[in-house]
Amino acid sequence: MLAIENIIETINMIREECLDIRTITMGISLYDCLSEDPNRLADNVYDKIMHSAANLVSTGMEIEKKYGIPIVNKRVAVTPVALLAGRLDHDGVVKIAKTLDRAARELGINFIGGYSALVQKGATNGGRTLIESIPEALSVTDLVCSSVNVASTKAGINMDAVAEMGHIIKKTAVMTADRGSIGCAKLVVFANAPEDNPFMAGAFHGIGEPETVINVGVSGPGVVASAIRRAGDCNLLELAELIKKTAFKITRVGQLVAREAAEKLNVPFGIVDLSLAPTPEIGDSVAYILESMGLERCGCAGTTACLALLNDAVKKGGVMASPQVGGLSGAFIPVSEDAGMIQAAKCGSLTIEKLEAMTAVCSVGLDMIAIPGDTDDAVISGIIADEISIGVANTKTTAVRLIPAQGCSVGDMVSFGGLLGEAPVMRVNTGSPAKFIGRGGHIPAPIHSLKN
Amino acid sequence: MKAVISVIGRDSVGIIAKVSTSCAECGVNILDISQTVLEDYFTMIMITDIDRMTVSFSEFVDRMDKLGRESSLQIHAMHEDIFNSMHKI
Repeated sequence: MLAIENIIETINMIREECLDIRTITMGISLYDCLSEDPNRLADNVYDKIMHSAANLVSTGMEIEKKYGIPIVNKRVAVTPVALLAGRLDHDGVVKIAKTLDRAARELGINFIGGYSALVQKGATNGGRTLIESIPEALSVTDLVCSSVNVASTKAGINMDAVAEMGHIIKKTAVMTADRGSIGCAKLVVFANAPEDNPFMAGAFHGIGEPETVINVGVSGPGVVASAIRRAGDCNLLELAELIKKTAFKITRVGQLVAREAAEKLNVPFGIVDLSLAPTPEIGDSVAYILESMGLERCGCAGTTACLALLNDAVKKGGVMASPQVGGLSGAFIPVSEDAGMIQAAKCGSLTIEKLEAMTAVCSVGLDMIAIPGDTDDAVISGIIADEISIGVANTKTTAVRLIPAQGCSVGDMVSFGGLLGEAPVMRVNTGSPAKFIGRGGHIPAPIHSLKN
Repeated sequence: MKAVISVIGRDSVGIIAKVSTSCAECGVNILDISQTVLEDYFTMIMITDIDRMTVSFSEFVDRMDKLGRESSLQIHAMHEDIFNSMHKI
């Protein structure tokens, strides 16, 4: 029999503490869409997505109703488009972006990811064409998300691609300047990109994935923060246990939803992503979790240690709750999407340098950070190189999603709307790494990548 | 299969009557009711059997929502699996 206190706990988590399912993401392979004719290719892509995900939104809504828990996003991730783009020219690949956008709009989903290239070792013709097209693709679409994997622990860092992405991010910002440079909010540069990540902007359907798959991302920072507050003055070992138990409960709901969605859509279940994903809503913040652990303000001394404890405990609780976990699986620290991070950045407690340190112990990287619009391309590439190095050296995913907000300088606020939130423009170190970035070439894989 | 109906709001005459009438109309059998009133604040948890339900679960959820809005209460029906998966290993 169900215990009343358990029922009330669950209801409170949903109604008072912002517990929700952040996303149901359907991965769709586009390999069978290939064609000699670019128009035919675009038509095939459209048909495949529309057919595969026809019931995604309605199924999500049905599950939402059955369990009384919001499912905030329904999304699609496709095969990295660069893999289809070998014979396409600039216009051909932009046409694919528009096709993805049209399909997403007609399906009623929130985002579609996979306008992506994997160039950690070097770029193919398709990879080069796609990367060069990103600024235009993101300026003529609304729902398309793009990512470029420039490094891996096995392959090292493709510094030519890092240099190129500095220009691409800047150009994307300029081409979407009329909308707060929002194009950059949909563009991620990765090291060790996961192939089953349900979260945007970095989701794509990896090359080893099945034809179609359902991956689910949970949320729940508010639930963890409330549990910590209720626990009072316990010691850190007890705190870690408490977070583990809470993460278990959150993830079990993700697993329930994932299983049900997979069954209803007749698509294999892939993974549950254990990430704690914040939203700009008050009470749904990872920064508040850290502060409730005993920090005066997120960003102060002790922040990295708190985050390391949180991230580890979330994983330990989460793995018990689902037979298959994957994706990014770690606490997210996007600045613009987290009310506490926004406050901490505004008052100067949280800096880019501190955020970089924090990413060494959690997923995912320098995420949704607005920087001055006139930041030099080489500085952007330098920030990418630093962040990516952390991922490569630590055999983990790291990512960079920077927004050089055009016409804005340090202290200004940039608003992206909805879940993307708003961000204060943060100070960057303007000393130039241009000569280092200009060298190009490759940073070799670290010695510990040789594990065989 | 079971569903949990939660009713939260200011106490007034006939809350249980309204909810149970709606349940009866939908063929939903009430198995257990627990309620508390704290400083005029009413909380009721009703556990129900939905095996012989005459409407779809989605329609039942809508009916409860509507009844809640009409009575200035928060009334939600949720499938039992969300509680089972969260609290049982």
